[in-house]
Amino acid sequence: MIWFQLQSLMGSYPLALRGLGMTIALSGISLVLGTILGFALGVLRTSGSRLLDSIIGLWVDLIRGTPFLVQIFLIFFILPELGVELDAFTAGIIALTNLAACFICEIVAAGIRSVPTGQVEAALASGLSQWQRMRQVVLPQAMRVSLPPLVGQYVLLIKDSSVVSAIGLTDLTRVGWLVVQRVPNGLLVFAIVGIGYFVVCYPLILLARRLERRMSAAHGEVQL
Amino acid sequence: MLENFSFRTIVEYLPLFGQGFAATLWLSIVSFAGALAVGIILCAMNLQRSRLLQLPAKIYIDAIRATPLLAQLYFLYFGLPRLGVVLPELIVGILALALNSGAYIAEIIRAGILSISRGQVEAGIASGMTYSQRMRLVILPQAIRVTIPPLLGQAIVLVKDSALLSLISVAELTRAGQLLASDRFMPAEGFLTTAACYLVLYYGLKSLAVLSARWLGVRPIGSRT
Repeated sequence: MIWFQLQSLMGSYPLALRGLGMTIALSGISLVLGTILGFALGVLRTSGSRLLDSIIGLWVDLIRGTPFLVQIFLIFFILPELGVELDAFTAGIIALTNLAACFICEIVAAGIRSVPTGQVEAALASGLSQWQRMRQVVLPQAMRVSLPPLVGQYVLLIKDSSVVSAIGLTDLTRVGWLVVQRVPNGLLVFAIVGIGYFVVCYPLILLARRLERRMSAAHGEVQL
Repeated sequence: MLENFSFRTIVEYLPLFGQGFAATLWLSIVSFAGALAVGIILCAMNLQRSRLLQLPAKIYIDAIRATPLLAQLYFLYFGLPRLGVVLPELIVGILALALNSGAYIAEIIRAGILSISRGQVEAGIASGMTYSQRMRLVILPQAIRVTIPPLLGQAIVLVKDSALLSLISVAELTRAGQLLASDRFMPAEGFLTTAACYLVLYYGLKSLAVLSARWLGVRPIGSRT
């Protein structure tokens, strides 16, 4: 019985690979876009403009306060009503990028705020332009604080990409859902799906932990 | 554009959203209580010297953290009947949420306990306290103080995660939005109302987290809610 099911599962490995490819493509593309957008928003948020800060803050709160599933439904079903035609893949990318950008914006802003003001003043005194100050003084130091949570955020992003299966994209989770209709062994099928995600996410989790340990070790030195 | 946005339909469906709101609220509370139990057990196992207890807890926590909740939910939903356990969707959903959040809560509690300085433990030992006395009278009262704000953060995550239960047709908030969207072909009305309901829960829990942090004199929760 189990042997028969395993054989049947072996038959659907091209589908599984396509699903894994879809999951990696979705999270990879929105990871890059979300990081760029998130950094831009984070820098804007700490630029000193109260108005920009509160507008971005409100948007981040709205996104953090609602389930990702609801956001996907909103984008997928409402943008067409507003006259924007889009397929499920684009909708998924938009939703994931927006989500990632909001979380990364907060991480980057917290990193920038952690840089002592003396550093900025020293840069000002040295006659660096605003752009130079950001790029050569503030961001490199902010990155040290931001990097571990940033990597942790990427893990969350990959996991959240499973939710886009709800609008019919054949990612890894959707493949599991399709296969389980044919091979009625949910434990086996979703254990394999889980292994697929684990292989992608676990190295990132380990990396985040290592970065965090290195960070706290570095901080220990400063405090002592 | 959305010029024919129908508030009248929303008002018509308000009782359904009320029920969905109540369902999301109480199923989140039940799941969170379960998650606390799972988290405490996992954390207790993880802090033991014995590898035999530590290893299963570590493996469980890593396995949960490296896989999406939706896959875990389907694992239980399609897998449990296979083992001869047939449960209603609602129970499967609560089980999945509790087992998932439990792994995160275990780490939150562990971080809280490890944040208590070594000197406290040593002072306890020097005063001749047993392990359980030290834990109960010295470490836990201090650890609970630092864990409450992140626990509320995890509660926010859990409430949002509970939206996934609509995918195994549990009647809750997101399901109410889906019903309005499909019955009347009004996705904007349905999902915007759903989102507004979640925002009420989010802002409630968030202000509770901020208040508790101020009250307990600890730093408010970070960016990972």
